[in-house]
Formats: sequence, C-alpha cells, structure tokens
Amino acid sequence: MKPAPFDYHAPRSLGEALDDLAGAGADGKVLAGGQSLIPMLNMRLAAPAHLVDINRLTELATLEVEPGGVRVGALARHAQVERSERVAAAQPLLRQALRLVAHPVIRNRGTVVGSLVHADPAAELPAVLALLGGSVRLARRGATREVPAAAFFTGPLESATGPGELAVSAFFPLLPARSGTAFREVARRHGDYALAGIAALVRLDDDLRIIAARVACVSAGPVPVLVDVTGACGHRPPASADWDSAARAVQERIEPEADIHASADYRRHLIGVLAGQALREAARAALDG
Amino acid sequence: MTDIAITLTVNGVVRQVEVPGRRLLSDCLRHDLGLTGTHVGCEHGVCGCCTVLLDGEPVRSCLTFAVTVDGHDITTVEGLAAPDGAMSPVQRAFTECHGLQCGFCTPGFLCTVTALLRDNPSPTGEEVLEGISGNLCRCTGYQNIVKSVHRAAEIMAEES
Ligand SMILES: Cc1cc2nc3c(=O)[nH]c(=O)nc-3n(C[C@H](O)[C@H](O)[C@H](O)COP(=O)(O)OP(=O)(O)OC[C@H]3O[C@@H](n4cnc5c(N)ncnc54)[C@H](O)[C@@H]3O)c2cc1C
Ligand code: FES
Ligand code: FES
Repeated sequence: MKPAPFDYHAPRSLGEALDDLAGAGADGKVLAGGQSLIPMLNMRLAAPAHLVDINRLTELATLEVEPGGVRVGALARHAQVERSERVAAAQPLLRQALRLVAHPVIRNRGTVVGSLVHADPAAELPAVLALLGGSVRLARRGATREVPAAAFFTGPLESATGPGELAVSAFFPLLPARSGTAFREVARRHGDYALAGIAALVRLDDDLRIIAARVACVSAGPVPVLVDVTGACGHRPPASADWDSAARAVQERIEPEADIHASADYRRHLIGVLAGQALREAARAALDG
Repeated sequence: MTDIAITLTVNGVVRQVEVPGRRLLSDCLRHDLGLTGTHVGCEHGVCGCCTVLLDGEPVRSCLTFAVTVDGHDITTVEGLAAPDGAMSPVQRAFTECHGLQCGFCTPGFLCTVTALLRDNPSPTGEEVLEGISGNLCRCTGYQNIVKSVHRAAEIMAEES
C-alpha cells in the first residue's frame, strides 16, 4: 500500500521546523530516517496530515563527546554513531547495541533519536538510554526541556514527546571507572527485533568487588524494564558473585507478553539466560577497564 | 498537497520530476523515471529488493520519500554496469556463480554487495553474511549468493 496524502514540510533550520510543528499541532509528525514511520505510513497504520522532514537540518547531524557523556543529535544516523571510534571509546554500549539494530542498510538511514522517540519496547536503544540514565532534549517553539529516560518512555510506542515538540538530541552518560557493559539478545534472524534482550552494566570498587549491577530488559514489558541486581550479586568479586540469583531477580521483575513468535514463559526463560550472560560479560569488561 | 519539483542525479544523469510528498523513491524511480530495475517486494523494509545507492550508501527506496532526497545522487541497478554496457565485477560474479534464478531480488543484492565490497574489498564469511542479511531471496538459496560475493571480491582483486 501507499501512504495517505499529507502536507510535506521541508524546513531548512531548527527554528523553521519548530514553527512548522507548532502550526501542525496534533496533526503533525516528524520524519527523520523514516525506517519506522514510513512502514507505518505504507501500511496506513498512521496517516498524519503534516510531515515535517528534518533531513535538511544538518545542524542536527552532530555527535559530540562531552566530559559527562555522548550527545547524539537528531539527524545522526545509526551507522554514523556505530562507526565512530570516539563514541565507542567513550561509551562502548552504544556500538554494542547498534550492531543489533536491524540491518546495515536500515542503519544507514535510521536515527538514534528517532528510535528513542519511536519507543518500541523491542528496540535496543531505549534500553541503553534507560540503563545509562540518559535523557532526551525536547524543543518546542520558545522552550526546551531535558527529559530523563525514566520519564521519557511512557508506554509501548509512546514517549514524552508532545505535539509540536522536536527531539533535538539524546544524552548518553559515560561510565565511572571500573565499569563494564554488555548487550545480549536472541532474535529469530540476525537483524530482526529481539524476542528478548538485555543491556547490562556492572561497576566495581577499588577492591574489585561489585558495587553496582543493573540491567535493562528488551521485549519484557511496555517500556524498557530496569532492574537493579546489586544486592542479588552480593557485593562480591565477579568470580564469586551469585549471578544465578541475580538472573532470577531479573526474571521476577518482568512482565513479558506472548505473541506469535514466543510465549511469555519462553521470553522469561530467555531473559534469565541472557541476564546471566550479559552481567558476566559486563563484569569481565569492568575488570579489564 | 501540490506536487513538488525535485532534481535527482540518477546514474549520473540529472533528472527533474514533480511528485507529491508521499511518492516513495522506489515508485519515483520506476513510474516517474521509467527505471524498472529497482524491484518492490514488501514495502516495509524487510525484503531488500528495492535497495539503491543514495550518495553511494545503500538504502531502502521503499522507506525513502523522493522529496526527501531532492538534490542527491542515486545509483540504481541500471547504473552499475560500465557506460559501454560491460557488466560490473559483482554482476559478472552473480552470473558465473548462479547467484540468481528469477532475478527478482537481484537488483537489491547487486546494489548492497557493490557498496559492501567497496567498503570492505575482502570480507570474511561472517562479514558477507552480515552484509547481505537484510536481503531476502525466495528461490536461489543463499549458498550461491554468498559464493557470488566472494567471487566478486576475487574478480575485483584480480582486476585492480
Ligand atoms: C526491517 C527493519 C528491521 C528493524 N529492526 C529493528 C531492530 O531490530 N531494532 C530497532 O531498534 N529498530 C529496528 N528497526 C527500526 C529502525 O531502527 C528505525 O531506524 C528506528 O526505530 C527509527 O528511527 P528513524 O530515524 O528511522 O525514525 P522515523 O521512522 O523517521 O520516526 C519514528 C518515529 O519517531 C518520530 N520521530 C523521529 N525523530 C524525531 C524527532 N527528532 N523528534 C520528534 N519525533 C521524532 C517520528 O515522528 C515517528 O513517530 C527496524 C526497521 C526495519 C525497517
Ligand atoms: S520493497 Fe523495500 S524492502 Fe521490501
Ligand atoms: S532469484 Fe528469485 S527471489 Fe532471489
């Protein structure tokens, strides 16, 4: 099928884009990479009256490594972020996650910020933002606000981005010393959305004992499910930590749904296995780092 | 919802066309510009048949509005051969190794693989699989397609 007709806006500056969005109100949508929006338009699952195309706003194609974290502009494509050595050195979880997002050709067009606003509970980047405690900067005509991840994902395919608002960038904090991350998932085919996935973060103290361990689960609830397992790991060195009870703690916290690809029980099983693997891998990275 | 005048450089030729905002690049190439080499399978990004090169990078033309790429360079399967019609190394490898049967998926594979080998002239087996994982073929089976990619890399190395 083809998209329903819409009014197409091609702003050349951020200010113009915000004016277009303000004018369109609730009937407007932002078009970034289009890798999620255009399938929905093609299938007529969405039919906005106005599309505000931000592909000419090269001022938003930015990728900055700041002292506290990585700031990704709204027009930075997945591929650009994935290939950046500076980003990989500063915040390795981004590359670890991006390699699991769709296929390389889709990543040439899709944007990191678009993926966050799209807020698919099966997507990798929302879990990354939630795990790291990042934020999204939203602008509307005359005002800007920075929304923390915990308040940004409000439901399946729902984010805090309101009508007339443009997400201008996302901020992914850096890790403190002696921290490590990992991303593990199971998909039916490489590049497909994950049946279940885990982003994990482990931090060690000066004596190399675990002082923080948490995961964000993909496809395990309406939004990325964040679980702190520091207690379950037992403040021990990674070699003697109780990873199994940490994995069980994660399983107890999730509410996976059943669909044609997997039952809820199978998803719960996968989450447990993946949480154990990802936490161990993150702990190894923390020991190396 | 009036039509919008855009200019695309397609296979090196500057083309001007007026399209509505909702015109997919795949339809613009096929219907407005008569370049039917670009195939359309699923129209939601899954099959890869419609893959073309946008400023040299492979993208789904069914997930791109033509108006969005106004002023940019597009290469379709029609543009992969040399100006005198001689097939490119990737095209020759696909013929040699039986990388196609009905040919429906082939334009997407050829564009994807052309960019893959340009960026990585001697990919490992795993890199080839990752590179073509977004393209579906219903009839050849992937063995011969994978073989074609490695053969294309060989031909390019021999001829460089
Ligand atoms: C075959 C296929 C497989 C895929 N597999 C995966 C996968 O495994 N994992 C995964 O995470 N994703 C997957 N995707 C989706 C892909 O990663 C998208 O690129 C991404 O989700 C959306 O980014 P985009 O820039 O294309 O956004 P668009 O499609 O342009 O927009 C998505 C939504 O966000 C809104 N939006 C976008 N940018 C902004 C902004 N700056 N401000 C306000 N609103 C905005 C749009 O209005 C729309 O509602 C897949 C896509 C395809 C086609
Ligand atoms: S037609 Fe574009 S990916 Fe299938
Ligand atoms: S050759 Fe027929 S679909 Fe691939």
